[in-house]
Amino acid sequence: MTIVFSTVDSDEIHTVTSGDTTYELVCGLEVHAELATATKMFSGAPNRFGDDPNTNIDPVTLGLPGSLPVVNEKAVELAVRFGCAVGSEIRRSVFARKNYFYPDMPKDFQISQYDLPIVNEGTIELPGGHVVGLERAHLEEDTGKSTHVGGAGRIAGADHSLVDYNRAGVPLLEIVSRPHVRTPEQARQYVAELRSILVAAGVSDGKMEEGSLRVDANISVRPVGSDALGTRCEIKNLNSLRSLGRAIEYEAQRQADLLEAGEAVEQQTRHWDEESGRTSKMRSKEEADDYRYFPEPDLLPVDPDPAWVEEIRAALPPMPAARRHALASATGVTLPDETVALIVERGQEAQALGAIEAGADPARVLVHVSQNLSGDGGADVAAERVAALVALETSDALTATQAKQVLAEMVTSEESPEDIAAAKGFEAMDTGALEAMVDEVIADHPDEWEQLRTGDEKTKGKLTGFFVGRVMGVSKGQADGKAVTALLRTRADG
Amino acid sequence: MRESSYISAHEVAAGVRSGEWSARQVVDEHLAAIEAGDGDIHAFLHVDVDGARASADAVDAQVAVGEDPGPLAGVPVALKDNMCTRGVPTTCSSRILEGWVPPYDATVVERLAAAGAVAVGKTNLDEFAMGSSTENSAFGPTRNPHDTSRVPGGSSGGSAAAVAAGFSPLAFGSDTGGSIRQPAALCGVVGLKPTYGRVSRYGLIAFASSLDQIGPFSRTVADAALALQVIGGPDPRDATSAPQAQPDYLASLGDGVEGLRVGVVSELLAMEGVAPEVAAQARAAADALAAAGAKVEEVSVPAVTYGLSAYYLIAPAEASSNLARFDGVRYGLRVDAATTDEMMVATRTQGFGAEVKRRIMLGTYALSAGYYDAFYGQAQRVRTLITRDFAAAYEKVDVLLSPTSPTTAFALGDKTADPLTMYLNDVCTIPSNLSGDPAVSVPFGTGADGLPIGVQVLAPALGEVAMLRTAQTLEAAAP
Amino acid sequence: MAFGGRKGPAYDAAMADRITRDDVALVARLARLELTDEELGTFTGQLQAVLGHATDVEALDLSGVPPTAHPLPLGNVLRPDVEGPTLDRAEVLASAPQVEDDRFRVPTILGEAP
Repeated sequence: MTIVFSTVDSDEIHTVTSGDTTYELVCGLEVHAELATATKMFSGAPNRFGDDPNTNIDPVTLGLPGSLPVVNEKAVELAVRFGCAVGSEIRRSVFARKNYFYPDMPKDFQISQYDLPIVNEGTIELPGGHVVGLERAHLEEDTGKSTHVGGAGRIAGADHSLVDYNRAGVPLLEIVSRPHVRTPEQARQYVAELRSILVAAGVSDGKMEEGSLRVDANISVRPVGSDALGTRCEIKNLNSLRSLGRAIEYEAQRQADLLEAGEAVEQQTRHWDEESGRTSKMRSKEEADDYRYFPEPDLLPVDPDPAWVEEIRAALPPMPAARRHALASATGVTLPDETVALIVERGQEAQALGAIEAGADPARVLVHVSQNLSGDGGADVAAERVAALVALETSDALTATQAKQVLAEMVTSEESPEDIAAAKGFEAMDTGALEAMVDEVIADHPDEWEQLRTGDEKTKGKLTGFFVGRVMGVSKGQADGKAVTALLRTRADG
Repeated sequence: MRESSYISAHEVAAGVRSGEWSARQVVDEHLAAIEAGDGDIHAFLHVDVDGARASADAVDAQVAVGEDPGPLAGVPVALKDNMCTRGVPTTCSSRILEGWVPPYDATVVERLAAAGAVAVGKTNLDEFAMGSSTENSAFGPTRNPHDTSRVPGGSSGGSAAAVAAGFSPLAFGSDTGGSIRQPAALCGVVGLKPTYGRVSRYGLIAFASSLDQIGPFSRTVADAALALQVIGGPDPRDATSAPQAQPDYLASLGDGVEGLRVGVVSELLAMEGVAPEVAAQARAAADALAAAGAKVEEVSVPAVTYGLSAYYLIAPAEASSNLARFDGVRYGLRVDAATTDEMMVATRTQGFGAEVKRRIMLGTYALSAGYYDAFYGQAQRVRTLITRDFAAAYEKVDVLLSPTSPTTAFALGDKTADPLTMYLNDVCTIPSNLSGDPAVSVPFGTGADGLPIGVQVLAPALGEVAMLRTAQTLEAAAP
Repeated sequence: MAFGGRKGPAYDAAMADRITRDDVALVARLARLELTDEELGTFTGQLQAVLGHATDVEALDLSGVPPTAHPLPLGNVLRPDVEGPTLDRAEVLASAPQVEDDRFRVPTILGEAP
């Protein structure tokens, strides 16, 4: 493909420096998602992970002579669901054959959509606010799986290999982004967001650890501010979000170093090695097979009926980005916002919105739901009880620290926040007791106190924090931080 | 019972259904004919004596308890060895499928069994159906029953010869560029290529997927109609199968051609290499139809002259991809080597014959980077031209008429040296594969050498009824 | 994006004559076939002859004519997502050239899949 896309503006751009030159990262991602169907892309053999080898096979799966593919309607529906979820255009699509010899590919060609994919364009808005454009998503079939015997189980140095075709023919949706990913963090967010969308839309189980989601990264660099796209390398074997980020950082630096040394970046497919933290060349573009694509003569075009597409669109649940916007607007928060992103990711909007509806302060609700109700059972705490707790906090009946402790208890206890607080002996501390504690801490730290009184604003701030911390310690977390700060200020000014 | 060798499928089924004779008796007589005669002909690669007898016994058991075994009750059938038969070796006449026993039946095989037919064996073909003489078989050529120094045509030469030799009343073949019709013409039998999609290709080992179609060989047009009735119709396992239910082909078979408009394709009469005696028989056939009440005229279908060129770009291209799977990994031949890549190369190099290699390379070249548009893409556009020209002709006439094969059966070895000369055999049959329309070859007269000549009746897509009526009229009028 | 991969040179009528021994050797490699020197010569001549015959088709101006991929104007032929029968592993493996641990055994594989 020689189509050139302009990259989009991004608030953040990952840069790498080599010698005197600073280069910026340009990255596009290709994600293969296994579809949540009962059967394979082109036959009725089961699509199931973890079964005994070579049991989920039929003539089509094995590419037996005379077998013919027939398109799985559910796979088409799931592709359409995905397209609707990311604002794509659903188009008439044609299957083609990609010809290459490899033992895990039963027919020695892969049926895939080539120049006419079913899903065109689309966008994915990341929790961090950056928007990544999609070029396309197309349906294809997975390959079998090889196990390498001898040579520590790796392909290189193995004595021989064993092929299991259970995975062959499993439906895949290959989702191709535009080169709009500009930082390793955006890459991680993109894959995580894509996974959330696929799961929310019921398209895939999204399990990276089972290979349901596989990521390849197309990486290039260019001098900062340049408009041209550099030569890219495709990185494979990115099995986790962590590998993805690390591989991008490594590869960007490698390319920058090459360019700085006056060498050209060669278009290659490279393999990420998690242990060494490096990428290594699998093959160069010139060596790449000539795939001899041509329209698959055993299949007919798939052109989803617009009415059916609309039906599918209407039945979709709201996607994560829409939910973040909804929660932000209900709470008056400006996106991007981490608490909002976390709550949506964990599906706790109803809890948060319920608490706010019951009169609780939105800011406190977002903090508690995102941070203090993230564990097991946290999502099950009734919104009204969350609201009651926040009310105690905002009326100064409980300090922030106390509120957090009460909330932790509420996850396993059905008692009211008031009762839990009372049982814990949490009461608003009277001013006299608090003053005594403050004075005690000041007396214990005369040098620091002197610095606080005479220091500049920065020192003052730092040491105020120090004293608040000490008072919190003495009060076992029951002192109200705001009140302690006020007292310290009075003493210092006095 | 008549001498079994030349009994029709209709007669066998009627006799078996009525209990006049047993299926076992019929199959034993045909097995005896094969035993006696196939040494000279070599129509069969594999005769399934035990399987055939077991099937015949099962048919007889059904009759004994008053069940109807179906419209092909006890009819012996021969299957071209590129149709998968569970538990029975299927070779495509290639070394590369050595040792492979299919674990499933082709749809056609299932439908024949369900109709009470008795499969007697697998017939010889040009390797992977690539050829026009059945000389490209890894297991030796088939000979023409009319003159064993001559070829039976191909690629379904074994099936054509089996029917001509009286080894079975029905046989089945596949037709990608004429592989049913041309051997039918050369062997003096009826050979029918249905509309593309009329018969499921599931279980037919693919040569060129967008052209391949299964059809019957028989000694009568009525038997061809009966056979098509049994094997045709939609199949959910073949996405390209036509969704339309089949009409009753036999119901209107005797209706004749009174008032039917028949066009003789002028370009195919004048096509390169068409012998004058063959063109003359096609004209005689037109006269016979006129005498039977048809309105006959000569029509032009200009694009058919590009058929051969387009075909030899499309068919090898698809074949190069379809035959990639024969790599020594999962089934069939493996020639050992140190690495998987070397093993694949060694297996394919030893497993495929010269003609298959030639077409694989031609097709690989036609699809390779830079040439797709000039070759495969261009040929697909020519297909559109041919289809349009046929459609225009069918606005004026109901069916078309042409020669089937340019000549009568030629001698073994005559055309093996030059591939292009061999390819020219299919010049009249190829256009209907490209358009997907049905066509049937009917014996009509003989050449100066005394060998059969065939005449081809062509019809628009799904127009088999009018085509069969015309064919039967020719059958009745044949000299 | 064009089928066949990279966009090729514009067609000229002499192209068919230009299929060289080297082209045939490359095509044989792509098709996983090995040719002797003699075969290479024979096949080159034969492919030239067949492609030479096709020059009539290549010379046609068909820019306004759509390609026909299928004889029947069908589309959206889909199957329901319902499990069908699977093959018996033992029966399938019995026909395989080499088997180990219920899997198909192959010699060393050089290089990852594309």
